Amino acid sequence: MEQRKISLVIVVLFLFMGAYPLTMRSLVEARFQNEKVDFTRDIEPIFKTSCSGCHGAKRQMAGLRLDDKSAVIGKVVTPGKASDSSLYQRIAGIGDAARMPMGGEALSADKIDIIKRWIDEGAQWPDKAASSRPVEQHWAFIAPESPRLPGIKNSAWINNPVDNFVLARLEQEGLSPSPEANRATILRRLSLDLTGLPPTSDELDSFIKDSDPRAYEKQVDRLLASPHYGERWGRHWLDATRYADSDGYEKDKLRWVWFYRDWVINALNQDKPYDQFIIEQVAGDLLPNATQDQLVATGFLRNSMINEEGGIDPEQFRMEAMFDRMDAIGKSVLGITIQCAQCHNHKFDPLKQEEYYRIFAFLNNSHESNIATYTPAEQMKRANIFSEVREIEAMMKERMPAWLDRMTEWEEKVKKDQPNWTVARPTVNDISTGGQRYLPMDDGSFLAQGYAPTKHTVRLEWETDLKQITGFRLELLNDPNLPLGGPGRSILGTGALTEFDVEVAPKSDPKKLTKIKFRRATADFNQPVRDLESIFDDKSKRKRITGPVEFAIDGKDETAWGIDAGAGLRNVPRKAVFTAEQPFSHDGGSIVHFLIKQNHGGWNSDDNQNNNLGRIRVSVTTANDPSADPLPAGVREILDTPRERRTEAQVRTLFSYWRTTVPEWKTENDRIAELWKQHPEGSSQLVLNERGHMRETHLLKRGDFLRPDKTVEPGVPEFLHQLPAGARPDRLAFARWLVDRKSPTTARSMVNRIWQSYFGTGIVATSEDLGRQSDKPSHPELLDWLAVELMERGWSLKHIHRLIVTSSTYRQSSKLTPDKFSKDPYNRLLARGPRFRVEGEIVRDIALAASGLLNPRIGGPSVFPPSPDFLYQPPASYGPKVWDEEKGDNRYRRAIYTFRYRSVPYPMLQTFDAPNGDISCVRRARSNTPLQALMTLNETLFVESARALALKTLKEGGPNDANRLSFAFRRVLSRLPSQAEQIELLSLLNRQRGRFVNGELNPWNLATSDPDKPFALPKGSRMEDVAAWTVVSRVLLNLDETITKE
Amino acid sequence: MKRMKNSIPTGSDALSRRWFIEQCGVGMGALALNHLLSSSGYGATQENPLAPKKPHFAPKAKNVIFLFMGGAPSHLEMFDNKPQLAKFDGTLPPPELLKGYRAAFINPNSKLLGPKFKFARYGQSGVEISELLPHTSAIVDDIAIVKSMVTDAFNHAPAQLMMHTGSMIFGRPSIGSWATYGLGSEAEDLPAFVVFSTGRKGPSNGNSGWGSGFLPTVYQGVQFRNVGDPVLYLSNPRGVDETLQRDSLDTISKLNRMRLDTVGDPEISTRINSFEMAFKMQKSAPELIDISNEPKHILELYGAEPGKPSFANTVLMARRLVERGVRFVQIHHEVWDQHGNLVRDLKLNCQETDQACAALVRDLKQRGMLKDTLVIWGGEFGRTPMVQGGSDGRDHHPNAFTMWLAGGGIKPGLVMGETDELGFNVVSDRVHVHDLHATIMHLLGFDHEKLTYRFQGRDFRLTDVHGLVVDKLMA
Repeated sequence: MEQRKISLVIVVLFLFMGAYPLTMRSLVEARFQNEKVDFTRDIEPIFKTSCSGCHGAKRQMAGLRLDDKSAVIGKVVTPGKASDSSLYQRIAGIGDAARMPMGGEALSADKIDIIKRWIDEGAQWPDKAASSRPVEQHWAFIAPESPRLPGIKNSAWINNPVDNFVLARLEQEGLSPSPEANRATILRRLSLDLTGLPPTSDELDSFIKDSDPRAYEKQVDRLLASPHYGERWGRHWLDATRYADSDGYEKDKLRWVWFYRDWVINALNQDKPYDQFIIEQVAGDLLPNATQDQLVATGFLRNSMINEEGGIDPEQFRMEAMFDRMDAIGKSVLGITIQCAQCHNHKFDPLKQEEYYRIFAFLNNSHESNIATYTPAEQMKRANIFSEVREIEAMMKERMPAWLDRMTEWEEKVKKDQPNWTVARPTVNDISTGGQRYLPMDDGSFLAQGYAPTKHTVRLEWETDLKQITGFRLELLNDPNLPLGGPGRSILGTGALTEFDVEVAPKSDPKKLTKIKFRRATADFNQPVRDLESIFDDKSKRKRITGPVEFAIDGKDETAWGIDAGAGLRNVPRKAVFTAEQPFSHDGGSIVHFLIKQNHGGWNSDDNQNNNLGRIRVSVTTANDPSADPLPAGVREILDTPRERRTEAQVRTLFSYWRTTVPEWKTENDRIAELWKQHPEGSSQLVLNERGHMRETHLLKRGDFLRPDKTVEPGVPEFLHQLPAGARPDRLAFARWLVDRKSPTTARSMVNRIWQSYFGTGIVATSEDLGRQSDKPSHPELLDWLAVELMERGWSLKHIHRLIVTSSTYRQSSKLTPDKFSKDPYNRLLARGPRFRVEGEIVRDIALAASGLLNPRIGGPSVFPPSPDFLYQPPASYGPKVWDEEKGDNRYRRAIYTFRYRSVPYPMLQTFDAPNGDISCVRRARSNTPLQALMTLNETLFVESARALALKTLKEGGPNDANRLSFAFRRVLSRLPSQAEQIELLSLLNRQRGRFVNGELNPWNLATSDPDKPFALPKGSRMEDVAAWTVVSRVLLNLDETITKE
Repeated sequence: MKRMKNSIPTGSDALSRRWFIEQCGVGMGALALNHLLSSSGYGATQENPLAPKKPHFAPKAKNVIFLFMGGAPSHLEMFDNKPQLAKFDGTLPPPELLKGYRAAFINPNSKLLGPKFKFARYGQSGVEISELLPHTSAIVDDIAIVKSMVTDAFNHAPAQLMMHTGSMIFGRPSIGSWATYGLGSEAEDLPAFVVFSTGRKGPSNGNSGWGSGFLPTVYQGVQFRNVGDPVLYLSNPRGVDETLQRDSLDTISKLNRMRLDTVGDPEISTRINSFEMAFKMQKSAPELIDISNEPKHILELYGAEPGKPSFANTVLMARRLVERGVRFVQIHHEVWDQHGNLVRDLKLNCQETDQACAALVRDLKQRGMLKDTLVIWGGEFGRTPMVQGGSDGRDHHPNAFTMWLAGGGIKPGLVMGETDELGFNVVSDRVHVHDLHATIMHLLGFDHEKLTYRFQGRDFRLTDVHGLVVDKLMA
């Protein structure tokens, strides 16, 4: 009793602590800062920033060089005695000599103090420090070699070499390992670590009963093979690659990138070798015959944010995205902070600014593309359509043996039937663009970029001396930077032309504009009339339609020329020709204004509702009565290629067009058209797509894209391993370089983060930075050993996981003892197992799994679990956003599938420290706050989980309350309640059941999601029971242990 | 050797009393001791990330209320009177001004647009203020107006990031996070850093304006609503009354304590504390936003109406938060992007905000709170002296804009800085956003170069490698 009282008193004291609770983990840094002064981390930077100007490599005033150990130790520094060291005296201003830094501001008190402490502690100056030897010698910049296993005493404890390294350190510190955790605890730990889900009761039973000596290893095998492994570990990689489902910045529009997320999950499930994993993500598009999956993988670098707010310079934000990609590669793959060198040479690591831009140059040559993607079932469907079309075409040819002659005849006829067109090179009237940028391209076209207003009429102004202009041509062109290649800017790559007008004036009187009247409009594609798609609803309630090109000259705002030929066929160039009623000319030349009205977007320009044209080119002609070339641009190009030089594919394309002009093939043509109608819509994915000619890369002064300096060529930093001789310096070579066996940081960085995930802190605590400013590794040899294991065992990540989870180190009990706590409060030495709160996604997944609500489906589009509506409307959100709450079983998917808006993070995940994807994150914070308590107590899905668990317990939990409690308790915590726990929980059950029974509380309100709906009570239960068990379930789901990996 | 050792350990060993005390002696006892020693109930413990902390030197301001006018209000219509601009209305700006100038929407070579509103002089200092701001005019002797603000960005999202985090790159901590990181919190049962959004749109930079960046997440701002549940999921689920909630929390606490006894992880005591705090917040937060118990004259001063969410209500709530020890309150009012409808919308916006902003300064003053509460008013940039569209709009302009500050060590009645005759460039006392940040940090008691956090091997600070404290601004 006495003991209990005292612990209660102390605990109660905490309740009065006020403010927010302490977070033990935040002390990790503090403790390490109280360690001895570290030359590299603490002293050298001071020398560099404050002293090296006069006492460095360039100048050595008074003959002193502070980057030369031999010139310092024993000369101006007397180890162990700061007061006798002239260096200290001079910086502290002791004595008569002038205070240092000469002529500058004195060092701050803490800097002077730390130098004093360093000298007093013996002035340790490791030989590997940069100032002692060439800079490459920082440990992390030398490729790891497998170290010898250290000798240990307690060899019985060793399960695999991981333990040798851990035990050697423990024995050195006079600590001994903890006993193995009990089976229930270790299976819960293992399941949460490998799959992010708690074990089921059956899994627990079969493990606890298993007398096989390999019982544990069998569980490891099972869990590593689970498809949920990819979800659990994929989430880490998605943090590092800043995955989110929206663009970020002001508009923060929804984007389609879930194919990339699923690619990550699948790649990990297949244990794709880590080197291949990286190569495909950095340069999958450059691999020979790249598959859809390899293209999708390049979504990694495309996870950068996109700014489409009005009035931006797209190039500025392309550069921002480039900087972000550099940062992401630095953190996620290399484990080196490289973004410092964006503006200047890295202060601490030997990375020069020019080298930063040389790496940049590898990445600086891509289009920002978006491709159509298809699920395996859709791919199958497509393959079937294509083969059926080919079969029909083969049959057509078979039935008309002279087809080639006829096609040639046709070709000769149409080859020269087009008039000459003069490409106009107008200027864009800035006010008219509605904020969209019209970037002029080399071929005279304009590419629409940046903000995409849903309604605007751009005015293009052009001067010409041509006489007797008879017609105008508007070409809609493809571009790799448009959605699905365009030619429009809508999410399908289509667009609509509401109206096309031309106004002309004599050059001598530019204000005297008159409108040209058109005789007719023609186009190479006339879409059947149809209602405008619902995403373009402008809330005007008008009937708005798209259809043939005549709609572009009918003067009506409701009608537009549509160019959507359906799935698989819509993303091709189009053209329209507008024929003037009368040719026009002016003496002394004309001013021609082209007005291109694009009013067929929706009501909200902050969403994906534009229906704009993506890349346009205008031309004029003086030919008599011009009309649009019915031949598609692609076919025209083939005709321009001499017959003998045409590829098989070109001949096939030509045939596919020509057959549509042959009247007797109507039946076959119709059949093929029907087949195309079955083409799946698919989804899309942001990808990289290499440009044909190299973009020039400049060193940017202070990282400012408006201040380009000299041009730089792609290349790798001098202090790291080099590219293989003769390698073509492209993105693929760079990708291979990243995962070269000689790379000193790539493998270390990955195994360190895996370690961090298991034990709470990495072997190097600063997992985002292994450079010279990083924290000292707790087990340097272990880090190297694991890194070499990764590289030399086929880069298998599962191999590393298996090594860690089968080690005795991992299997220890996490219980604290006084000795262990005092010697190692933060468990860096691992004399006990890890114990900490699981990540936000797993907090959610545990509740869903324990309650039985979880829908375990893997992959697919992101989902919208319940979230307060107002968050997605102004003024909480910049603009209105879509959040269609899931009503079906998608409501209960794992949290990795929750839709992620960058600017409006999902509250539950944000509260539990999930990053929002703005930048790469390789180390999450782990906070413990009252807002988290409110979340698990009151948030919709947690409450639904409590209700579901109550129902399940009443249905399946056994005949009496004690049985039921054990059932529910074990589902949540993987163990049975102690007697004391049982007493507390059952008395809560009885107290609250009493209140429901006596009418104090309405059981329907708590126990059902909708009290007005009929409710199927479990057999033999009353509503009061359901409500009371909901209370108990809610308590269980809110325990510390529930959301903790023990 | 790969066998389960000690396969199934017997149940939990009871911890000895000695062990518990020893453990606490290392981990929690220090906190408890500090608690006992500290009369205010939470001593200066380093372990609690939000415990009050001492800054580098005695602070002038203890709290901050940032009235952030998102979208960028027109300095030319509100604070910076430019008769010459009126004179040159309709003419093109001098070409030398436009050298290297980039505008967001307009061709920079657009015609100048004269100011749309009249100015007069107010207060002892004879400060010029436009007719749009009758209430602010009446407090000019209490505030300092800075007409010489400049920033680096001319698009909303990056410029707002710059104003809130000192960087145009995402992922940096906001000023409020730095302030709470440096000073901790004095609020017992409310978050240290509270944020509202009241405009017709939300912030252009999403939630980054109150993000904690690389600082621990406990320092991020907590969004409050000025209506309904002020904090998400604050209310009990349907069917849970206070007795049930208390009974549940007691059971949770008891079970958590049992677990603490068994496994000895001090993090569990933190969890226990979090749940108690949550329970307290369930009471304190609704009380806080319920302004119906404010006296009538106070409601009238602000123009606030209980139950009707408005900017005025929110500003009044900001005062109530600061009274309760909240360190940093930030109100985003995103309505000021007048590319068109300059006259109509400025009138509307000023009607909506002018009275409450002035009332806040008066109210803080009459309560004796102004001396240690810093009030900041302003947007992310200014607006072009050139017209956008016909004759009723202005584009984004980073070269010059106006902000005002009051209280917390700011020199009252000051007008600082000047722009050229067109209000285009700053010509004297230039204050960059970094300088504003350095000054805010100074008023909070920090050397802005020393309040740092190590991330990725570098000591980061709010002002990066920039920022000069603006001595002139301070009393």
